Amino acid sequence: MEPAVDLRAAVTLLGRFPALAGVDLRVDAGEVVLLRGPNGAGKSTLLRTCAGLLAASSGRAHVLGHNLADGRERRAVRRRVALLGHATGLYDDLTVADNVAFWGRAGGADDADVAAALAALGLDGRLASVAVARLSAGQRRRTALACVVARRAELWLLDEPHAGLDAAGRDLLDHLVRDAAAAGATVLLASHELDRAAALAARHVTIAGGVVVEDSRTAAPAPPTIQSLPVAVAGSSV
Amino acid sequence: MSVPLLADSRLVAGKDLRLEWRSRVTTNQVAPFAILVLVLFGFALDADAALLDRATAGLYWIAVLFSGLLAIQRSFAIEAVDGTRDALRLSGLDPGGIFLGKSAAVAAQLLTLEVVLLGGVAILYGTDLAGVGLLAATCLAATVGIAAVGCLYGALAAGLRVRETLLPLLLLPVLAPVLIAATRAFEAALGTVGVNGWAWVTLLAVFATTYTALGLACFGSLLEDS
Repeated sequence: MEPAVDLRAAVTLLGRFPALAGVDLRVDAGEVVLLRGPNGAGKSTLLRTCAGLLAASSGRAHVLGHNLADGRERRAVRRRVALLGHATGLYDDLTVADNVAFWGRAGGADDADVAAALAALGLDGRLASVAVARLSAGQRRRTALACVVARRAELWLLDEPHAGLDAAGRDLLDHLVRDAAAAGATVLLASHELDRAAALAARHVTIAGGVVVEDSRTAAPAPPTIQSLPVAVAGSSV
Repeated sequence: MSVPLLADSRLVAGKDLRLEWRSRVTTNQVAPFAILVLVLFGFALDADAALLDRATAGLYWIAVLFSGLLAIQRSFAIEAVDGTRDALRLSGLDPGGIFLGKSAAVAAQLLTLEVVLLGGVAILYGTDLAGVGLLAATCLAATVGIAAVGCLYGALAAGLRVRETLLPLLLLPVLAPVLIAATRAFEAALGTVGVNGWAWVTLLAVFATTYTALGLACFGSLLEDS
């Protein structure tokens, strides 16, 4: 089966600086991979490259079968991935429901997907009609996560996803990741919160200086302990 | 034109108009600014009623251009906050659809402003709004042109730190033909000068079509590179 992510000696330049300086990484469909490493190691750049936001200037960089060296292919892969970065990508003057509906529909979601995403993140009550500008940082993060869920992406790219969330939000996020993987999605998450993130991923990849320096597998992560959430992936029957 | 392109443009236009409706920037700031410009022109030229009468068409379109600049800047300022620009790139929306959607939203706001300003010149300057058909056609063609050029240059300047000051410098010279043609067409409609107003409307339509086509072709590259 074709890997979800296939990078070989992949280089990504930020200006003239090689933020990725020859990354080798192969991730199979359905895997959950934790990316770890010090600040500036290249974790965020790797996620943005996989999202098709940055071009790979040399080496092989294929994501979901798309060659990221080609501009059209980079644009095509974006419809199939979801990226939760440091910024939320939300419009302050729109309500929570408006934001999730817009970003969900932009990714091909229908009304049912949007409603399910709002419900999965506990945003379907009073909060749905609140303007994003009035939300706390944690609520904004939840809303951004609901946008990711609504997109039904095949590849989830999560950059410090636990940041800003309270304990309940972190538990919820962990269950969403597990359910997404169970539904067939591939998940790459970069995190400094190793205790929590390590329990999600059976594979830990360490990046330093723009290259992969360690790639290890652990025992299977603990299964979810609460009721499954309605996470769907485009093309899956879940 | 493909169906996904139109669907994407409807989605983006709906989002931008909903944003304006909720923030009320157009109604609470841009519209009062446009009226204020008309009032100030009136103060400056009030002593010479004949001059004010002859200059009404030009003053009207200058007020439209200034307030249009604000609407265009606002349209791209909302895409510069908290990663929304990257989110838009990542959304998978057709860049042509984004361009058409943003242009349509700006055009809708401008048309509303133009109606308000027409009321303004009728009340403040005592202008008799004759030739309604020609006035409407001029407004429509000029607005589509202003919105298309605005969104093209708005995207060009969006990635720059000096975008607020750079955009007027880039945009106003390009919009000079719209100012001239729309003013001449309005003068014809108002009976201030005896020219063929429909010929000027045709020029406006050509301008609007050219820049809409250019925007559809170039917006994707501008979104990626600027």
